[in-house]
Amino acid sequence: MSFTEDQVRRYARHIILPGIGVDGQRKLMDAGVLVIGAGGLGSPAAMYLAAAGVGTIGLVDFDRVELSNLQRQLLHDTDDVGRPKVESARDRLASLNPNVDVVAHETLLSSENAFDVLRAYDVVVDGTDNFPVRYLVNDACQMLGKPLVYGSIYQWEGQASVFLPGPDTPCYRCLFPEPPPPGTVPSCAEGGVFGVLPGIVGSIQAVEAIKLVLGTGEALVGKLLLYDALRNEFTTVKLRWDPDCPVCGKHPTVTELIDYEAFCGLAPGQAPPEAEHTPSAREA
Amino acid sequence: MPVQVKVPTILRTHTGGEGVVSGDGATVREILEDLDARYPGFRARVVSDDGGLYRFVNLYVNDEDVRYLGALETEVKDGDVLSILPAVAGG
Repeated sequence: MSFTEDQVRRYARHIILPGIGVDGQRKLMDAGVLVIGAGGLGSPAAMYLAAAGVGTIGLVDFDRVELSNLQRQLLHDTDDVGRPKVESARDRLASLNPNVDVVAHETLLSSENAFDVLRAYDVVVDGTDNFPVRYLVNDACQMLGKPLVYGSIYQWEGQASVFLPGPDTPCYRCLFPEPPPPGTVPSCAEGGVFGVLPGIVGSIQAVEAIKLVLGTGEALVGKLLLYDALRNEFTTVKLRWDPDCPVCGKHPTVTELIDYEAFCGLAPGQAPPEAEHTPSAREA
Repeated sequence: MPVQVKVPTILRTHTGGEGVVSGDGATVREILEDLDARYPGFRARVVSDDGGLYRFVNLYVNDEDVRYLGALETEVKDGDVLSILPAVAGG
């Protein structure tokens, strides 16, 4: 595939950049990246991926745009309130870069459909807002052999890392083998979230997703990047592969996708303690 | 021995909003006991009733997970940094 004149101009600063060049730009244009959650983290991640010319960007979200989203979710405009997030996100990305094929998955990610949704993509970016989907996506990526770019935020602090498939490198379950019991951790809706924070963390996720596609630089593997906006501090801590990890360890006990409502302590049919804890691909 | 303890946002309600506090003790366990004496209820947010580590809250001495050191018996020295890192899911 050769570049059009317009593409040469659009991607000029990447094409002349050591580490990308013509070959790297072509890799980006041939790549498919799935962004889970078209919210706080998914907004900057998807927008930078689109601007960079990633060929196919998948978006998973089941929510509609709310006014309280707009303080941080830059994919959506005031006029989009009430629209499905995947639709307003698709419009934004198409307007940013019409070369990008945006695939909208307006669905709740579950053990039923996760493999089908994830399978077509080269890299997965996790920008969801709840533990069940985070564990589901981690496990599915390990089982499908997909690299996962993790990001998570709460109030003024964020975390990011890259989880590669297979043993010897850590996954989300090596970091936190089990989710907290339901109701013990407040959601962004309850605890609030600093609007710029997902802009920082989601942008770091875009950086890592692009580096994975290019095979450039060092991936954020085996390290957890921590950002504290109040103390203006970036730190990293070591993240080790756990041989006892239930999904990527030597003797995996998680070998299929789990019913995550039961996993998180909710009996079937039991209402979650807060609406915001309802497992969904929604981001807060 | 004073150790710098980094308190995540979610636990700062216990420390009057402070993100970094000083803790005294020779091990991680002693540091947490010292903090609990000054900030009642703090310890229970970090370790379980039977005194074990939770699987959704990690503790790091400098940049190393205490699970790969001596867990709660990990020794700390003057100038070390103890970081508390809970799982968060926001996005």
